[in-house]
Amino acid sequence: MERSQPRRQVAAMKQSLFDQGLLDEQFIQLEELSDDANPNFVEEIVTLYYRDSSRLISSIEQALKERHPLDFNKLDTLMHQFKGSSSSIGAKKVKAECTLFREYCRTGNAEGCMKSFQQLKKEYASLRKKLEAYFQLARQTGPMDSACRPK
Amino acid sequence: MAPNENSATELTALVVDDDRQLRMIHQRMLNKVGVKNQAVENGKEAVQIHCSGQGFDLILMDKEMPLMNGIEATKELRSMGICSTIVGVSSHTKEKQIQEFMEAGLDDYLVKPLNLAKLRSILDKIM
Repeated sequence: MERSQPRRQVAAMKQSLFDQGLLDEQFIQLEELSDDANPNFVEEIVTLYYRDSSRLISSIEQALKERHPLDFNKLDTLMHQFKGSSSSIGAKKVKAECTLFREYCRTGNAEGCMKSFQQLKKEYASLRKKLEAYFQLARQTGPMDSACRPK
Repeated sequence: MAPNENSATELTALVVDDDRQLRMIHQRMLNKVGVKNQAVENGKEAVQIHCSGQGFDLILMDKEMPLMNGIEATKELRSMGICSTIVGVSSHTKEKQIQEFMEAGLDDYLVKPLNLAKLRSILDKIM
């Protein structure tokens, strides 16, 4: 049976998120945990991610303001936690920025940390908008039969 | 053969992680493969739940947690005589950090994020 237009749109939108390098395989793993009893599981997890990680973002921001000198150990610990949460939803680009930030912490590069963090916040916010649009469309379309792997 | 959601097993599991999102994901995974489970937020609660008399076939133990971390909790549980399969779950990939965690008394170590395949490989060993 041919897929309806809305379902093709949902699939295309998801494919685009993968093509842009924003998401990785872990997102598919989360989709496989959805079922009739928990149809919005991925959206619930992503919502929780943005809610809980905002506290980490604020803590990192605060720690970056406390210069002279920066506490790189504290920053690294916070970013380790943020990276773990980000990777659990498949946030590929966000995770990459976390890795870069941690490398700057390791080398004691304060300017690198500041720049990397600004980029991380951009990626984090951009992903949020795109996922919100994706989930909104997915909700309008109704549940898919199964997790669809991107090409 | 690892269980699936259609055939509930007798296995029980405890998820120990301070991250609420990860607790949800790991519990959902365990539900998906038919394993009854509970979750606690740190190592201290993991020890307390065992002191209250509960036991589990499998414990998924995060490493970095407040109050009592995964290393301390694993050592404590082993000293209490807990023989459950304890699997460390962390995003650390450096050999030294993994070794330190393993030496605390783990049976295995998995790098986050967990997925169903990794979980099933652990359950295959237990069953």
